[in-house]
Amino acid sequence: MEAETQKAYGLVAEFDTPADIMAAARKVRNQGFTKWDVHTPYPIHGMDQAMGINNSKVGWFTFVGGITGFTTGYLMIWFMNAFDYPLIVGGKPMFSPYFAFPVGYELTILLGAFGTLFGMFSLNRLPRLHHPLLKHRRFAQVTHDKYFLVVEVDDPKYDESGIRQLLSENGSTNIELVEE
Amino acid sequence: MAETVNNPLLSKALAQAPESPKELVNEPLVLNQRSVAWISDQVAGIIERKTPAWWWIALGISISVMSLTFIMITYLISTGIGVWGLNHPVAWGWAIVNFVFWIGIGHAGTLISAILFLLRQKWRTSINRAAEAMTLFAVACAGIFPLIHVGRIWFSWWLFPIPNANGIWPQFRSPLLWDVFAVSTYGTVSLLFWYTGLIPDLATMRDRATDKLRKFMYGLFALGWTGSNRHWSNYEKAYLLLAGLSTPLVLSVHSIVSFDFAVSQLPGWHTTIFPPYFVAGAIFSGFGMVLTLLIPLRTIFSLEDLITKRHIELMCMVLLATGSIVGYAYTMEFFIAWYGGNPYERYAFLNRAFGPYWWSYWIMITCNVITPHLFWFKTIRSNMIIVFMLSIVVNIGMWFERFVIVVTSLHRDFLPSNWGYYSPTIVDVLTFVGTFGLFFTLFLLFLRFLPMIAISEVKAITPQADPHHPLGGAKEGGHH
Repeated sequence: MEAETQKAYGLVAEFDTPADIMAAARKVRNQGFTKWDVHTPYPIHGMDQAMGINNSKVGWFTFVGGITGFTTGYLMIWFMNAFDYPLIVGGKPMFSPYFAFPVGYELTILLGAFGTLFGMFSLNRLPRLHHPLLKHRRFAQVTHDKYFLVVEVDDPKYDESGIRQLLSENGSTNIELVEE
Repeated sequence: MAETVNNPLLSKALAQAPESPKELVNEPLVLNQRSVAWISDQVAGIIERKTPAWWWIALGISISVMSLTFIMITYLISTGIGVWGLNHPVAWGWAIVNFVFWIGIGHAGTLISAILFLLRQKWRTSINRAAEAMTLFAVACAGIFPLIHVGRIWFSWWLFPIPNANGIWPQFRSPLLWDVFAVSTYGTVSLLFWYTGLIPDLATMRDRATDKLRKFMYGLFALGWTGSNRHWSNYEKAYLLLAGLSTPLVLSVHSIVSFDFAVSQLPGWHTTIFPPYFVAGAIFSGFGMVLTLLIPLRTIFSLEDLITKRHIELMCMVLLATGSIVGYAYTMEFFIAWYGGNPYERYAFLNRAFGPYWWSYWIMITCNVITPHLFWFKTIRSNMIIVFMLSIVVNIGMWFERFVIVVTSLHRDFLPSNWGYYSPTIVDVLTFVGTFGLFFTLFLLFLRFLPMIAISEVKAITPQADPHHPLGGAKEGGHH
């Protein structure tokens, strides 16, 4: 294999309808493949279950971001108005959790949102501008109206002819080997 | 789902069940059974076709109008705040009115993108992208005013918690500072949410692009999106969470804007009804602006199958609901002014309706209380030209609402020696007019370079996209 100049990335099977790719995905999951994926123009409802994907972990990033924001807001206000440079204004207390709340609340949301977005990026390993699939000409249809199922060569159960047969039996209209 | 279908008793019962009455069947959200491919061709086509002549003309006008704002700001900074009509006792004038007006307009975008998403109102998908863009540009227009209103604009960075040479920090007991955090958080989170929604569509634009520059730019911002389902899974969760964060955010932003008034001791401002009343008013005005923008655009770009009459009607119903809340708030303010028994409060409200600014009060009542009730009638809701005109009336009314709140409460202080009549100068007027130029310049650029409808989201709500629907390729009886 190492003798080849180009290493193969995986087998890419094209489908015409969401129902076909969903059925194929269920088959591929049941065969016990691990390094494979489904690419679709929009999220297909029920595909996570068909592929056996667990609930996303993005929520933890949101939670950590939110807690950080809330703490930052309260500590910042306490530090600035009650510790570093206490200033009497209108006989109000130097620090109170009540007047710190609006800013603490906004920062909870701000850092929660950043946590969510960057959490999603890191879980998805994005940005990644040089994916092998993006070089495959037909794959450009994935953001239009075609559905693709990809089994990577690195999958321990990878067997090209077996997968070709499985996918074409399940309605794939075109199967190609994509190089790294 | 398949278990129920395979149950013979149930399928027999379903076969005998009468069809749902026509009134209960919703019209489809995408008309004429448009295919998934048609949706991307139609929406991306807007950007890919040759730039239409009207776009250049509109952009030229918008930029010229926009320059008014910048010329007036230069004049203001170089001369001083006296070029505005502000004086004792009205020290808050058009700048604050315009700030609240523009921020309010933004709120409909977030309501559509976040709150309607959480409520699973699928019709939002056709309009959320343009509405969110409207939010961002409205916040940009709004942000100008507090900054130039501080007088010595070169000190406006003191609003932010940045260490300065005096070692003094901002004073967090003031609602004005809460506002700084609310509005900047709002602008930032709206941008993040909007960008998250754009990623799959930028990938669509990248994959369709024919020239190198477009392919590079869209490709760069699409971040290498491949439509992977493992990515979609995290993406959808992130989108849901951002919607969940934006919902309390949008409610808090206009609440905090209302605190600028409500936390003071001034009759006419010092009321507890302000936060919900401001939020309802903001959504009311924002939907007015969404309709003003989308009714012409759906015709110009032949998007009637995506932004259907039903979409317009539903938005009219939102106007009706929020307009009624606003009308209720006006009534309740008057009731409490009487019932509270405070003579200053009572005077402030009588003065609003019958004092020197009576005209602004009655413009507000006509536009905001009477107009929305026309939307009870289906004939009015489904007439695009009337809806378009009424949406402009709503915007005018909501500007006057802020004018009434700010100016009529200030112009007669507790003692008659502190009374005055405020009028704007031409500088006030042109600065405000120019912000419309800024808004439309940004919106036109958005229309030209980004898909104005969320392509992947609209695809997902069509029956062709549903693997359990015959149009999505499902075999009879399901295949679970």
